[in-house]
Amino acid sequence: MRYHYFPGCSVLGTGRACEESTQAVIRELGVELKEIDDWNCCGATAYMSVDEHNALALAARNLALAEKEGATQMTTPCSGCYLVLNKTKHYIEEYPAVGNRVKGSLRKAGLNYQGTVRVRHMLDIFVHDVGLDEIKKHVKFPLKDVKVAAYYGCQTVRPYKDFDQQHFPTKIDELCEALGARSVHFPLKTRCCGGSQMGTLPSVAQRLVFAILREAKRQGANLIVSVCPLCHFNLDSYQPEIVRRFGEDVSIPCMYYTQLMGLAFGIDPKTLGLQRNLTWDRCALRKQFAPAAVGA
Amino acid sequence: MENNGKEVRIGVYICHCGLNIAGTIDVKAVCDYAQTLPHVALARTYKYMCSDPGQEMIIADIAEHGLNRIVVAACSPNLHEATFRGALQRAGLNPYYFQMVNIREHGSWVHEDRKAATEKAKDQVRAAVARVQYHKPLERKRFAVDQSVLVVGGGIAGITAALEIANSGKHVYLVEREPSIGGHMAKYDKTFPTLDCAACILTPKMSEVREHPNITLWTYSEVQEVAGHVGKFQVKVRRKPRYIDEELCVGCMECVSACVYKEPKFEDEFNEGLGKRKPIFMPFPQAVPPVVTIDPETCLKFKTGKCKSPCATVCDRKAVDFSQTERIEEIEVGAVIIATGFKTFDATRLPLYGYGIYANVYTSLEVERLVNSSGPTGGEIVCRNGRKPKSIGIIHCVGSRDKKTNRWCSRVCCMYSLKLAHLLREHTGADVYQFYIDMRCPGKGYDEFYERLLDEGIQMIRGRAAEVTDWTMTPEEEGKLVIRVEDTLSAYVRRIPVDMVVLSVGLEPAAGADEVRRMFNISCSKEGFFLEKHPKLAPVETATAGVFIAGCCQGPKDIPDTVAQAGAAAAHAIALLDKGFVEIEPNTAYINPDHCSGCKSCIPLCPYHAISFDEQLKKARIDEALCAGCGTCVAACPSGSIIQNLFEDDQIFSEIDEVLSHV
Repeated sequence: MRYHYFPGCSVLGTGRACEESTQAVIRELGVELKEIDDWNCCGATAYMSVDEHNALALAARNLALAEKEGATQMTTPCSGCYLVLNKTKHYIEEYPAVGNRVKGSLRKAGLNYQGTVRVRHMLDIFVHDVGLDEIKKHVKFPLKDVKVAAYYGCQTVRPYKDFDQQHFPTKIDELCEALGARSVHFPLKTRCCGGSQMGTLPSVAQRLVFAILREAKRQGANLIVSVCPLCHFNLDSYQPEIVRRFGEDVSIPCMYYTQLMGLAFGIDPKTLGLQRNLTWDRCALRKQFAPAAVGA
Repeated sequence: MENNGKEVRIGVYICHCGLNIAGTIDVKAVCDYAQTLPHVALARTYKYMCSDPGQEMIIADIAEHGLNRIVVAACSPNLHEATFRGALQRAGLNPYYFQMVNIREHGSWVHEDRKAATEKAKDQVRAAVARVQYHKPLERKRFAVDQSVLVVGGGIAGITAALEIANSGKHVYLVEREPSIGGHMAKYDKTFPTLDCAACILTPKMSEVREHPNITLWTYSEVQEVAGHVGKFQVKVRRKPRYIDEELCVGCMECVSACVYKEPKFEDEFNEGLGKRKPIFMPFPQAVPPVVTIDPETCLKFKTGKCKSPCATVCDRKAVDFSQTERIEEIEVGAVIIATGFKTFDATRLPLYGYGIYANVYTSLEVERLVNSSGPTGGEIVCRNGRKPKSIGIIHCVGSRDKKTNRWCSRVCCMYSLKLAHLLREHTGADVYQFYIDMRCPGKGYDEFYERLLDEGIQMIRGRAAEVTDWTMTPEEEGKLVIRVEDTLSAYVRRIPVDMVVLSVGLEPAAGADEVRRMFNISCSKEGFFLEKHPKLAPVETATAGVFIAGCCQGPKDIPDTVAQAGAAAAHAIALLDKGFVEIEPNTAYINPDHCSGCKSCIPLCPYHAISFDEQLKKARIDEALCAGCGTCVAACPSGSIIQNLFEDDQIFSEIDEVLSHV
């Protein structure tokens, strides 16, 4: 299995643990990723509302670069990039006037977009291409005591539901169960985490994160597993402040689904970037997977 | 060009249809163009060709100008071909010396570019003018109409239609898929807006069906095959074995008590799975016919063969018969009424409303059974968690008016939601909230009922509910279901905690509607509801002569509308039978015996079994009464010896030549 890989800016910055754990798990599963040469920022969600054409052209440049390398399938671990790249593809293909203008801009840069590359979420690759049966074969340490609240966020299944249900997605839940964990009923699995509002309007975003953390605990989870670097950042980084502000202990460990996979596969926590998670210190798994405990 | 030694003189008439055609097509230009075509003696336009003056104009022109072919460019031949053929006949001309050009549905209504639409209309007229020269005089044939009617579906629509026809003295075969007639209406508790008991008004009609000497009632049966045509349909009905002799069983239910399963164990379909039944059961106490049915899927006798069958032993009338097998009944009927009803929207398709995820989320049909005194709880409103609800939310438009599921309005949900609100409040005293997009209560006494409910203190919240969740924010929400909604009248996003949620599910075409459609050769809209011949003026007829539709299979409607439509369908069937004969279009195929090689390749191709083989002459023969004019055999005949009236080679090829000459 070989895919063209679009890391995105987040996973090289605050979401570095996402990249580290993804690479570690991908290696373990024998999937090959070819990073697209000279890729650029997808524009994230903000640019589209500032200048639609430029935003589309910026994102489309990555699609054209991938096609130039002969890619038919490209994948990204970031839900934000996944959405923007997919949205760009849809816009170009569904609105010919918009699409022709974007293609024109790309041609000026010596690129030719043809629409032959498919954009896929890394989660989709794990669940559907690698498959849960194959993943189960790599599990060395079944995560018996882990009760997961699987958190998808907005962009993984909305507006495009390429690989999961839109309102009650189940793929992370199924993946966690394949790792031996139990997934709890979690009605807020697609609720917004506040996105980049955490930086601009923390009072609003923190309330959203509070609701998610509180509900995960209330439903009996002892771990929140997320997909997207921004979601993870919001859920993981502000817990002490949120606890103080709302006067309720809603703190709960958070990690990427790829980190959880890595732990079950027996990959050491450092390789998975777990020390970068601010809630890792309080996570029960930390003791269980300390190097001495797993015989490393 | 000559015909029967006479010069061909064509009259061409272009209809304005008010502005329907003239608004988009330059009618005058088409008329001027037609005038220049060969053999056209005269071309005119008129505001409404189908009107009496329009027809009179054709009749007068035929006499005055010696016209012997007529082309009318107007609307679809489905609407007015018969009208104009009638005019020709009144003028003493054979009605088949006529060709209709559809420049409305195929022209003005689907185009915006006036110039291009006008050019297209000219092409169409030119092709018709070329074709009509080759038309031949034809005659319509008459056939007798069989004096009985098949009604498919035993809900309130089918029951009404069957009784109307039977009361007029005609024989009716009423075929129902389920073990009892009654349909959805039998499941309802009360009916809106009068709140009369559904069973009280329905069951007398059900008994009447059973008692009626003119009705043959076949329940647990399905139509399997249909052949023939209006006046003489040959129908095969598959009667599934119920393992009970219907003639012997009196419905005493002793067999049910004797069943080895002491307690009911299996999902009860009639109670929407809320209750349990035994493998031997009667769906509900007033079932018609009042006989039990054995379900081989759950009965031990069929599953293991090891049951001692106390049901059979206890029956002193010896009605239990495990050896019963499927039977096929073959009947001939003159007309068919299809009343196959609907199914409700599958609420699991909208997981955001939590059906199948949260136990206390119900569909409206389940609540109908819950409030019914013969339902699974004896009419007591107890949620799946065993508690009586103190607050209830009813969410409208679940699977209706929704681009993601079904776009159409299901028409009955606003009213049945109000009814359920009233009943739930009456039974429990709970606070009832209705979440609606807008209230649609047109109908006699309907809006008054809405007003009454407002007076009763029902909470109306305008806004499509966003989700049903068990995510809580406050202690009051603990243990409840929270309905999140944008209250568009107060411009707030609200969270309303309730104990029970009712989803007002919309109406969809019944399961198997597509098979029914194919069997009876009728069309359906893109939603899957059966298509009437005309949405306003022929609401119970279909494109297939002699096949009528009634009730929700045609589109969502309430009981009064269903009964009215069933009556109309019955009247059409009775009129057809009373007339006693049908005239069949002469567009049938026939065989030129000089060319037929007797290869028989046409025989298996005919969908209507109209072709047989004459062993003496060694030639194929087509029965005109059965031929539906589909043309399959004509195209298939290797020697070109099958000819179809109105579709002869020179007619079709001249038409095609002229259409293509433009390109």
